[in-house]
Amino acid sequence: MAGVAWITRSPKRTLQTVAVGVVLLLAGVLGWRIASSGGGVQVRTPAPALTLRRLDAPGSLSLASLRGKVVAVNFWASWCGPCRDEAPLLEQTWKADRAKGLVVLGVDANDFAGDARRFMRAHGLTYPVLHDAHGSTLGHWGVPGLPTTFVVDRRGRVVAKVIGGLRVGGNAKTFTREIAAALET
Amino acid sequence: MRFLVVFALTGAMALGLTAVGSAGAASRPSAAELESELVCVTCKTTLDESNSPIAQRMKAYIRRRIAEGASGKQIKDELVAEFGEEVLATPPTHGFDLLAWVLPIGGIGGGAVVLGGLAWVWSRRRDRGDTGAAPDTEPLDPELERRVDEALARFDP
Repeated sequence: MAGVAWITRSPKRTLQTVAVGVVLLLAGVLGWRIASSGGGVQVRTPAPALTLRRLDAPGSLSLASLRGKVVAVNFWASWCGPCRDEAPLLEQTWKADRAKGLVVLGVDANDFAGDARRFMRAHGLTYPVLHDAHGSTLGHWGVPGLPTTFVVDRRGRVVAKVIGGLRVGGNAKTFTREIAAALET
Repeated sequence: MRFLVVFALTGAMALGLTAVGSAGAASRPSAAELESELVCVTCKTTLDESNSPIAQRMKAYIRRRIAEGASGKQIKDELVAEFGEEVLATPPTHGFDLLAWVLPIGGIGGGAVVLGGLAWVWSRRRDRGDTGAAPDTEPLDPELERRVDEALARFDP
């Protein structure tokens, strides 16, 4: 009752208080959104969880189930030009180092599943590929654009992040060096 | 009587044409209409405002399905199945998404009621001459009142 009396006695103060409260609430929501979006994965930190439906086989696959292996997580889409260019290198790396404990794990994001499957057939991809239709994992992983590739070591930590297409003689060197180092541990 | 028959026939024909027209619209949606109701999954703007690669593929898909005779609802349902409900420009009117419709309307309605109530209370107080000043308490003690009067008298010229 005292509160109601105060409100009716001080209408201007009441409106100011409500306005400040609304602004603080909106600022809080904005802060929470920014904090919860993460800002992406840092090198030498644990890889975020990743469980999605497979495109190359029925069912789903989680990154956690590959613990003990070195995983090259490659985010791509069938409409992305550099993704087409790097596909042969990824397939070649997978075939070369699979026996040593490497898994290349494709994540097709923001894409039609049918287009992605056609892309996989066209480039002869044989490594597992997951489907993230509306890119829900991109924010957690801090993927600024496609393609982006992460190397995750046997303990589940991110040890390298390569933004952009893997070009032979360019950033592909970093990629293969980090994979080789991770496979030796 | 003849006038009534002509009137009824004309009305029936008009209704029939409207029904045929709306059925046609439902079965043959326009690409532009659907593109304004669906969102590009990378840039989060409606398809008609986006030229990103995935938006172009989504537009091509819409045109192909329209040519194949799919209805607007079918095409939307297929794109929702492919990309999730995030692809819809307007949130669904069921489940948790219903809040997106109810909260703004409820907020505006609730705010209007609260403001109306406060305005009513304030106007009543003003009518009563209550300015919001602290109410008078007990009358002054006669002795104190006499001393105040004496003190004030000293200031009079």
